[in-house]
Amino acid sequence: MATVTYRQALRDTLRAEMLRDEDVFLMGEEIGVFEGSYKITEGLLKEFGPRRVRDTPIAEEGFVGAAIGAAMLGLRPVVEIMTINFSLLALDQIVNHAAKIYGMFGGQCSVPMVIRTPGGGGQQLGATHSQNVELFYSFIPGLKVLAPSTPAEASAMLKAAIRDDDPVLFLENLALYNTKGEVPDEVAPAEIGRAAVTREGADITLIAYSRMARVAAEVAEKLAADGVSAEVVDLRSLRPLDRETIVASVRRTGCAVIAEDDWLTYGIGAEIAATIQEGAFDWLDAPVRRVAMAEVPLPYSKPLELAALPSAESLVTAVRDTLAATGRR
Amino acid sequence: MADTDTRSPARSRRTRKSRPRPETLVAYYRQMLLIRRFEERAARAYTEAKIGGYCHLNLGEEPTITGLMAALDPRDYLFTNYREHGYALARGIEARRVMAELYGRSTGVSKGWGGSMHLFDTGSRLLGGYGIVGGQLPLATGAALAISYRGGDEVVMCQMGDGTTNIGAFHESLNMATLWDLPIVFVVINNGLGMGTTVDHSSAEPELYRRAAAYRMEGARVDGTDAVAVRDAAHAAVERARSEQKPFLLETTSPRLRGHSVVDPARYRTAEEKEALKAADPLARFALELEESGVLDAEAREKLDAEVKAEVDDAAAFADDSPHPDVSTLFDYTYATPVPGESRRLPADPVF
Repeated sequence: MATVTYRQALRDTLRAEMLRDEDVFLMGEEIGVFEGSYKITEGLLKEFGPRRVRDTPIAEEGFVGAAIGAAMLGLRPVVEIMTINFSLLALDQIVNHAAKIYGMFGGQCSVPMVIRTPGGGGQQLGATHSQNVELFYSFIPGLKVLAPSTPAEASAMLKAAIRDDDPVLFLENLALYNTKGEVPDEVAPAEIGRAAVTREGADITLIAYSRMARVAAEVAEKLAADGVSAEVVDLRSLRPLDRETIVASVRRTGCAVIAEDDWLTYGIGAEIAATIQEGAFDWLDAPVRRVAMAEVPLPYSKPLELAALPSAESLVTAVRDTLAATGRR
Repeated sequence: MADTDTRSPARSRRTRKSRPRPETLVAYYRQMLLIRRFEERAARAYTEAKIGGYCHLNLGEEPTITGLMAALDPRDYLFTNYREHGYALARGIEARRVMAELYGRSTGVSKGWGGSMHLFDTGSRLLGGYGIVGGQLPLATGAALAISYRGGDEVVMCQMGDGTTNIGAFHESLNMATLWDLPIVFVVINNGLGMGTTVDHSSAEPELYRRAAAYRMEGARVDGTDAVAVRDAAHAAVERARSEQKPFLLETTSPRLRGHSVVDPARYRTAEEKEALKAADPLARFALELEESGVLDAEAREKLDAEVKAEVDDAAAFADDSPHPDVSTLFDYTYATPVPGESRRLPADPVF
């Protein structure tokens, strides 16, 4: 067991998978000579050479599509898209091709590839570089979307994603790269499609993923000091969605707050809320609340950016409001 | 004869300059005839509502397809756009399985999941017809990358229409192919029209093969109505890709004898243009050439025609008699690695 950053956990896992399987190789902008915009691939070009750590032109549609084509012939490419904002340039290849090839051709050809990409605001990167558009991919049958929140989960889920025979969008987050956590020496691949109850509680369920799952865990800790017992469900997988775990938790606690870094209207939280009303309607003591980013193109100005982003404080407010609405206290 | 650009390597490096043997020419004619009759039969089945969706025909493209496919080895891979019935046939896939796919039946090449635009066959290495213009280019480039990664000696051929040369994926793919020394031959089927818009109206450089120059790739244009010329140009490009790991851009020119798809009456063409197209029918021209050169007389030609017609009728009957996919298979092909929690609900089913 070692304590490492989320970044280091990703890098170690990429390296281990490349050592394990010659078919695993990396592609992306600036991942080789520059060692990655966020240094996830640091040292890998030196160790594995340009055949297995391939720098690409700035051509997201082209190199993502090329990875799909290589996967069709049985290789296991792991593509880095510098941020999820730039994945929009590759939407046609991801949605119309990666997600469709297995079904559209009657199961003759699978696409065992991973697209790693970070989302997240809060770095004053402005409107086009601060989005959380994982919803676009979570909407698409044929894709799998994973969103780990800790170094250990990042490692276990990346391993599972690389070994899976389907296209996986692996969501990272800029604010998580420097966070630390314990990672076992031998990481077993995660089971794709399972949420995790990361903290048990009796009074309220907090449901979140990626950065907000970490925030939710911190908030639950704070609330405990005030005598509130909050359960935390880390979604981990946005598609497939583990509805059973969500509903089972809300049936225990009777109320829920969803925390998400994306926009509220039509966002991931909307699907969770719909799931709860269908699966736990009779158990609910209060309406389901969502904490999400303000619905604006994220501004550059620091005070404006801070006001728009969901935070621990905003989550606490929503929890207090929801508990008050239950009439329990 | 071939209108190959005189500076093109496809001509200078041509390895098969001699006229093919008579039996080869007859085989090419039969191939072209099969595509012609198959497409005519498909058009009929479409009007009878046996075929749904979109249905784009290869009428006029028969010599191009025959020449291109003659240049490929069985080990090579083929990616195409959505106008690909003839390619599947020329790649050796049974007419029955191709027609059954058009009919949406479980005996079709894609088990009824793809339809006319999405033919796929692992055995013959046809890695898909693709319905999104330009979608197949990055995929084909990646397949060539996989070959290169493994040090294989296969080549990828990536077919597309003239309109595709204006989409970003075309440029991104050609760039990567040269940068990474990939064994791929891009083939532009220039039939002069993207749906109803002419090449001159949509392409600032209407001599499409010249676009290769921007990527330091060699390119050539060849008369797509001449199967032998197409074969020779394609063969040179394919073998060069194989031996030197160099991509190539080949442009073929041929008429699109009918509308963009079965339902398009091509009203944007004048009556004169339509008459001229009939006169320019490359299949009729090839038949005449074979007759005049004593390779195939009218009697033998009619015998071939009857044979091909029987094959196509058999394909249609087979398709018609084949079962539709069972509704119980609806969720079988969403994921190759199944997962817990995967949705298998029908529209009115509750989530819980």
